[in-house]
Amino acid sequence: MPKEKADVLHGSLAFMVLRTLETLGPQHGWGIARRIEQISGDALALNQGTLYPALLRLQQMGWITSKWGASDNNRRARFYAITRPGRKQLAAEAENWERISGIIARFVKTARVPS
Amino acid sequence: MTGLRVFFHRLSGLLRKGSLERDMDDELDFHLQMEITENIRKGMSPNQARSEAQRRLGGVAQLKETYREAHALPMFEVLWQDIRFGFRMLRRSPGFSLLAILCLTLGIGATTAVFSWIEGILLRPFPLVVHQERMMAVTGTDRAAGRDDVSFPDFLDFQKNCTLFDAFLIDRITGTTLAIGDRADRTTMSVVSANYFDALGVRPILGRGFEPAEDFGRNAHPVTVISYQMWQERFHGDPAIIGKTQMLNGMPHTIIGVTPQGFYGTFVGWAMQLWVPASMQETFDPGGYKLEDRGARWIEGFVRLKAGVTPDQAQAEISAVAQRLETTYPATNRGRGIKLWPLWQTPFNNAGTLLPTLSIALAVVVFVLLIACANVSNLLLVRAFGRRHEMTVRLSVGAGRGRLLKQLLTEGFILALLAAAGGLLVANWCRNLLVLLLPARAGVSMFLPGDLDWRVLVLSAGVCLISTLLFGLVPAFQTSKIDLASALKAESGGVVGGKRRALVRSSLVVVQVALSFVLLAGAGLLLQSLRAVQNTSPGFTPRVLTSYVDLVAAGYDRQRIKNFDDALIDRLQSVSGIQSAVISRMTPFSYRSYSTAPIAVDGYETPPDEQPTAEFNEVGPGYFATMGIPLVAGREFTASDNETGPQVAVVNEVMAAQYWRGRDPVGSRVQVKGRWLQVVGVAKMSKYRNLTEIARPFFYVPMRQSSMGVNIQIRTQLNPETMRKVLVREIHAIDENLAPGELITMQEQVDRTTAAQRIAVSMLGVFGGLALVLAAIGLYGVMSYTVSQSTRELGLRMALGASVPNLLRLVMSQGLALTAIGVVVGTVAALMMAKLIANLLYHVSPRDPLAFGVALLVMMIAATAACFLPAWRATQTDPVRALRD
Repeated sequence: MPKEKADVLHGSLAFMVLRTLETLGPQHGWGIARRIEQISGDALALNQGTLYPALLRLQQMGWITSKWGASDNNRRARFYAITRPGRKQLAAEAENWERISGIIARFVKTARVPS
Repeated sequence: MTGLRVFFHRLSGLLRKGSLERDMDDELDFHLQMEITENIRKGMSPNQARSEAQRRLGGVAQLKETYREAHALPMFEVLWQDIRFGFRMLRRSPGFSLLAILCLTLGIGATTAVFSWIEGILLRPFPLVVHQERMMAVTGTDRAAGRDDVSFPDFLDFQKNCTLFDAFLIDRITGTTLAIGDRADRTTMSVVSANYFDALGVRPILGRGFEPAEDFGRNAHPVTVISYQMWQERFHGDPAIIGKTQMLNGMPHTIIGVTPQGFYGTFVGWAMQLWVPASMQETFDPGGYKLEDRGARWIEGFVRLKAGVTPDQAQAEISAVAQRLETTYPATNRGRGIKLWPLWQTPFNNAGTLLPTLSIALAVVVFVLLIACANVSNLLLVRAFGRRHEMTVRLSVGAGRGRLLKQLLTEGFILALLAAAGGLLVANWCRNLLVLLLPARAGVSMFLPGDLDWRVLVLSAGVCLISTLLFGLVPAFQTSKIDLASALKAESGGVVGGKRRALVRSSLVVVQVALSFVLLAGAGLLLQSLRAVQNTSPGFTPRVLTSYVDLVAAGYDRQRIKNFDDALIDRLQSVSGIQSAVISRMTPFSYRSYSTAPIAVDGYETPPDEQPTAEFNEVGPGYFATMGIPLVAGREFTASDNETGPQVAVVNEVMAAQYWRGRDPVGSRVQVKGRWLQVVGVAKMSKYRNLTEIARPFFYVPMRQSSMGVNIQIRTQLNPETMRKVLVREIHAIDENLAPGELITMQEQVDRTTAAQRIAVSMLGVFGGLALVLAAIGLYGVMSYTVSQSTRELGLRMALGASVPNLLRLVMSQGLALTAIGVVVGTVAALMMAKLIANLLYHVSPRDPLAFGVALLVMMIAATAACFLPAWRATQTDPVRALRD
């Protein structure tokens, strides 16, 4: 494991955001970032420069929507929620990632064969 | 789908830019605050917490930029920037902008106007009529005489036996004189089949259209549908009009319907005022009852093909039916066929007349557009030179060349767009221009509109885009291709561009000169042709006056017409100043067609596949003397050629040559419609329909032995105005309720048939002149520029002793050399193009040296004028200043 925390794999962030919103329900950006870092066991660092453009993109795709509301500490915050097409997309991506990680896992194992 | 959604998302982002920025700030701020709170919770000091949070978040400005870009449509924003900048640039040099826009407005306006004419007159000529794209005109054909009309029995057979057609429509134009209250007006109307309104998809706004049964029965259904215009103007919009009766040609007709506003019938050029069903043919179409006579051809009409049927398939089917009719009814149908015409070639209305004119107009306006583009291109090049500093700076601070190109093209596009807006205005003004150019006829309400529908607008938008590329691309490329190093170095020297740019500008001028030369030569050719046409003798005296009295409309029967004719001629002959007057069935050069008849000639063996026919006119005694048509043999008709005298005829020279072959026809017999007539004279050739017609067999029979007529020809010294008063007086003396129709000279009658040629000539003349002016401006621009750029050289030459004539020659020869190249190119192009209009040229070779010579002369004069001013300015150069600067 390198010392630096890993950057979020390109394309996987969308999946993580969608999954987070599916499990936790509507969340603001900071909450989503926290959750992703938590789940990854703090192995991933998520900065705004990555997260917010991704959120915007997901909105443009119609997978999530956003709404202004009050946070726990009563501040104005933008809450994101997953949409029906978003759930569909999530299911598709979940399957995809499962397959890919399965394949990658096999490669990781075969690489251990002594030369 | 997704792409579209993103696009709209972004578009909305573009529109709500301000609030989005605020939201973004709020959201990021919230994120930061949460981060700080979290850090404090972890035990940091507030300051530490803040700086740690900020470190973790990374560059906010950078993020915002990414965010903005993702949010909005950068392409549009750049475009918007370019547009605003473009407008600023145009405002900064208003003279240039105005000139450029004016040139383009002219080009685009003219093109759009012609598009709109073609759309409104040729392609979709009938407002409110559905599926015009499947409509075709239909006429009969005659192996001997070419086009002919169709008989009613044939028409019904076609309708019954053809499967590829939605509808067969009769549309026989005719006229009547309508007297309502104390006002009597000539009115254009149509005899139509009962399915007319249904098939056209035109629903009367009041009352009903015709019913199928109303096609049949001799004069059995005196009903009429009137136009909205007539309803408003003559019946004052009477809401209870339906069911009222109106006298038409002596018969009370019940008004059963009013057509919607904007429906003008189906005759290109004239607005129809009322319609009657086919059963009323005898009342409105002279020559007797024709509905049961297969040999009586009177129908002009239209068909609508079923969807998906090609014109060729339709023609094949209907021709097959015509062939069956030929074998079944050889007596009437031998040698007879049928022909479908695209609407824009319709031979029996103004579409056919205007088709060549409009095709020429189209070619001409494209030329004018090209010339205008070349001019604007040149203007842009000049201005680009003025802006090289700006461009150089932009390039040096890192603007991409593509970005510059886009900026310059956007500027061009703004020009084109403004011009297109102006062009649409111009086209809108020109919508009814053709009506003004065509001769007015009393009682005919002309309708020849341009139609600015969406198709025309799309085409104009296309023209606008293409012209932008045409005039904008070259200068834009030239400008964005500045070589930075040399441009910066040469900043003070003023020789940027150099030879290459001069070459581009020069070739643009050559193109302009060539194009305008083609137009000038074309105008010259058509003018020569028109002169040849107008110098063609019609074969009668053009000074003879002609008029008519619509006795049929007044309800006169045959006997009363005869009595009236006799009385009128007697009265007129006794008026001093009138040499002679005569009644005829047809006035030559009128819109109506002559009667045709199958003929047989004593001693002429008719080949088995030939059914000789000839057109004829019925004329009163003294017709030939009155009209000034000489007789080459035999005698004139006299008063004794009447009902009791032997039946006689006068044939024309071509008929004599064709059927008597050198023998003298006088004294032998000709059979017309089964009657044997004695030939008593041979008339010299004259023209019957128009000046350019081919000489055809034609004969005359005495009015008294045939039909009745309402046209009057008068040979007189009196001027038309006086003659008209005399005519009114004499007619009133016989019947107070009658009035003559318009009285014109035969010359005027002839001129009306050359209207299309005159329109073509004036159009080419005007545009040729315009093109010449544009080309001259272009030449002037190039020469002025050259002079202003070579001040130093000119000064040097003067200092070394060059005289004023020397310098004049030097500069002028440059400009004239360009012109000469242009003329050579133009001559080659014109010679090739002239072949295309060869069929419009009458007795003029497409290489007519006079036309080309005059075009050359005019071009050279214009070029000399355009070059002189800059050359003169060159001689005014102050050598001291030129060298010092």
